[in-house]
Amino acid sequence: MSKTIKENYPVGDFAIWIIIYVELVTFGLLFLGYAFSRRSNIEMFNHSQLMLETTSGFINTLLLVTSSYFVVKAVTTIQNMTDNRREEFNKKASKWLLLAMLFGAGFLVNKIFEFSYIFGEGINLSTNKFFMFYLLLTGFHFMHVLLGSVILFNIFQKTRVYGYTLEDHKGIISGAAYWHMVDFLWIILFPLVYIIR
Amino acid sequence: MKYTSQMVAKPYFIFALILLAGEILFGLLMGIQYIWGDFLFPLIPFNVLRMVHTNLLIVLLLFGFMGATYYLVPEETESELWSPKLAIITFWIFVVAGVLTILGYLFVPYATLTELTFNNLLPTMGREFLEQPLPTKVGIVLVVLSYLLNVSMTVLKGRKTVITTVLLTGLLGLAVFFLFAFYVPDNLIMDKFFWWFTVHLWVEATWELILGAILAFVLIKVTGVDREHIDKWLYLIIAMTMVSGILGTGHHFFYMGAPEYWLWIGSISSAVEPMPFLLMILFAFTMSRDRKIKHDNEMALTWAKGTAVMGFLGAGVWGFFHTLAPVNMYTHGTQLTAAHGHLSFYGAYIMIIFTVISYAMPILRGRPHGNSAKAQKVELASFWMMNSGMLGLTLALSAAGLVQIFDQRVGTNLIGFMESQESINGIYMVRAGFGLLVFAGLLTYFYSFFVKEEAQQA
Repeated sequence: MSKTIKENYPVGDFAIWIIIYVELVTFGLLFLGYAFSRRSNIEMFNHSQLMLETTSGFINTLLLVTSSYFVVKAVTTIQNMTDNRREEFNKKASKWLLLAMLFGAGFLVNKIFEFSYIFGEGINLSTNKFFMFYLLLTGFHFMHVLLGSVILFNIFQKTRVYGYTLEDHKGIISGAAYWHMVDFLWIILFPLVYIIR
Repeated sequence: MKYTSQMVAKPYFIFALILLAGEILFGLLMGIQYIWGDFLFPLIPFNVLRMVHTNLLIVLLLFGFMGATYYLVPEETESELWSPKLAIITFWIFVVAGVLTILGYLFVPYATLTELTFNNLLPTMGREFLEQPLPTKVGIVLVVLSYLLNVSMTVLKGRKTVITTVLLTGLLGLAVFFLFAFYVPDNLIMDKFFWWFTVHLWVEATWELILGAILAFVLIKVTGVDREHIDKWLYLIIAMTMVSGILGTGHHFFYMGAPEYWLWIGSISSAVEPMPFLLMILFAFTMSRDRKIKHDNEMALTWAKGTAVMGFLGAGVWGFFHTLAPVNMYTHGTQLTAAHGHLSFYGAYIMIIFTVISYAMPILRGRPHGNSAKAQKVELASFWMMNSGMLGLTLALSAAGLVQIFDQRVGTNLIGFMESQESINGIYMVRAGFGLLVFAGLLTYFYSFFVKEEAQQA
């Protein structure tokens, strides 16, 4: 038993875990940078934070977490596949993935509105340290959601040709792991930058 | 050798090695000038030596990359080169232009050179590493374009592999980013931006793709590991290289009048820059461990592993030492920078050229199983001489850099530049000694080409 656990660990492709690790370290450094800079400029940070729209941030949190849930559903669908019904299970998983992508797209659209408001106010990277971190963190995160969506789309394409089997579905697990990382980062980023005062 | 057109790689390799000897020789002369400032005065001043030293490096790497490409592209695409004749013609054009430029540096005062070469029409000269006169710069563009054409046409008509795709992307980047060498804004800060767009995006982005592709090619050949396996590693390495390398340009924009956010972008993304090099070590050693064949040319694999290790040390570790903004405030422009420059160029780029030459040259010379055991023994000795020489030289320069920092930048009891240089004199002697070891290693490497082949056992 313990041998099979070892063989299956980590799930998905090993390479994706290297990527996730590096991403987490990078974002981690930015989070730390934010926290330490805030310590010496609490008033300015709190004041600038008032300009951010927490409701839209909250909606985005819901969108991303729900999207992650749909990805989980897609993965478990593939994992519960019975041998002779590959097409049916892949089809089912593709529907979950479509939903996940729609919610991901919702996040992106909402974020674009937020950015256009912020830029409309004449804010840029040099406005102050709060907005520098806000733009760097949310900007990088935005690009990760974009990349994650492309990855989801590739997995989606593969389910459309019934490409995953019970034995070989490393691809969907790796993609799901990346998507969960994107949503995990947001779960740290949202309270840190939008809420904590 | 599977394709006759691969033969065009040979003159490129030979000339790259000749230029390398020149580069090291001029480096040694400078090493001596650091100890005795009057050495060669007024015949060749330090600034001219330095220009020749760095320009030879760039040109030799271009020759090396071109040779490597001409060797590996026919094998990867499984078709002859589109035009071997064009490759030979561009070789001679590049040789003549290169030699004339170096002679110009050595025998014509730089100011006169600018006047003679129409710098007034389009001022591009005078920037570090990009000192080439306008006709040479235009020549480089033409040579690189014809080379790209030749390679692209070959790739288009043949098999497409991940290695050729990565290589072509790297070469395209090399060509595109060189164009920034033609744009010199009046504003000094803008000037630095565009200068780094060539210099940084060459060595810390596009050239790394070329390096990765060549390394992957040699590893496939000498380990027999499945292509699929190698491709995945290559993708991972280049993805990380591109993301960290492009944003990493920010580490050149510290405290020079550029906005403050570059301190953060530069520091954080360049902290990730060692990662692809670390992966390269894992890559080379995993492939070597999982190898399916035992190639008789053991030196090629030794160089490949050496490239990964020395590249990580020089580019990764020595780069990280001074890449964080608060550290860089103290280390900027000291000998620590020179230490990093030397070990990274040697470890990543000179060594990948040695790797591909070590693999390809015996084949080009009619020895498909590599050089004789005796020749490989000599080559191994040269490998250790050059590597320990470069490491020693780097450590000496790092020590010199540290002394400089404490002499001139930390605390209140600071001394002037010349006084500080005098206090480093002993370290400079050690550095010159290790430089001699590198040169001796290179001569040993050359000698290994001429070691007579033993009678082949039947």
